[in-house]
Amino acid sequence: MTVRVQEADFDIGAELEALTKGNRKIGGLAVFVGLVRELHVREGYHRDRVDALTLEHYPGMTETALQEIEAQACRRWPLEATLIVHRHGRLEAGDRIVLVAVGSPHREAAFEACEFLVDWLKTKAPFWKLEETPSGEKWVGAHEGDDKAARRWDKT
Amino acid sequence: MKVRYFAWMKRTVGVAEEEVSPPADVATVGDLVAWLRHRSVGHAEALAEGAAFGAAVDKRTATMDVVIGGAREVAFFPPFTGG
Repeated sequence: MTVRVQEADFDIGAELEALTKGNRKIGGLAVFVGLVRELHVREGYHRDRVDALTLEHYPGMTETALQEIEAQACRRWPLEATLIVHRHGRLEAGDRIVLVAVGSPHREAAFEACEFLVDWLKTKAPFWKLEETPSGEKWVGAHEGDDKAARRWDKT
Repeated sequence: MKVRYFAWMKRTVGVAEEEVSPPADVATVGDLVAWLRHRSVGHAEALAEGAAFGAAVDKRTATMDVVIGGAREVAFFPPFTGG
């Protein structure tokens, strides 16, 4: 059960290897990797290309929030291993932003818990994206779809 | 008490953080917001009524009715956009 917030990139293979090493109860490992995608944002008559973004976070609160989200997942599903690595700082299109990995004896729990963690960290962990476009910097607004995705876990 | 601002709120207010000493009748996060609005035009704009922002007291998410007595740090920020 590990949470890390870091500026440096991560090695997916090495992270997953370390996460499952020595644990013979894991039957399924679900993994989500978030990347910076090249976006085209319409701004009036212009279409702006997003080349890079800077992820700001709230040191101290971020780690606590991610640990709470992880603990919540562990209460809901039988999990053997969880890992959240979230980057901050300046990232370019194609760069990795976040890694979420969940190991469980069974795949259903692994898939569900992984999706839950991604949905919740988007809406409950203090990160903010500042996009760089040819016409200047723009703070990303909250996405209603993300709130909806996070809320569907409220009922269960 | 330290007050911190994040993302666009930091730019609107003009500072990332500041030390404040609100009077005793400023009891909750909501009271603090109302009191901070009078500090500058930037504060009034960032913390305007109806503006979409959240708060944390000592690095834990807090609603406007949370009591701030004894808090060392209160933060204000726009909705999260990580992941």
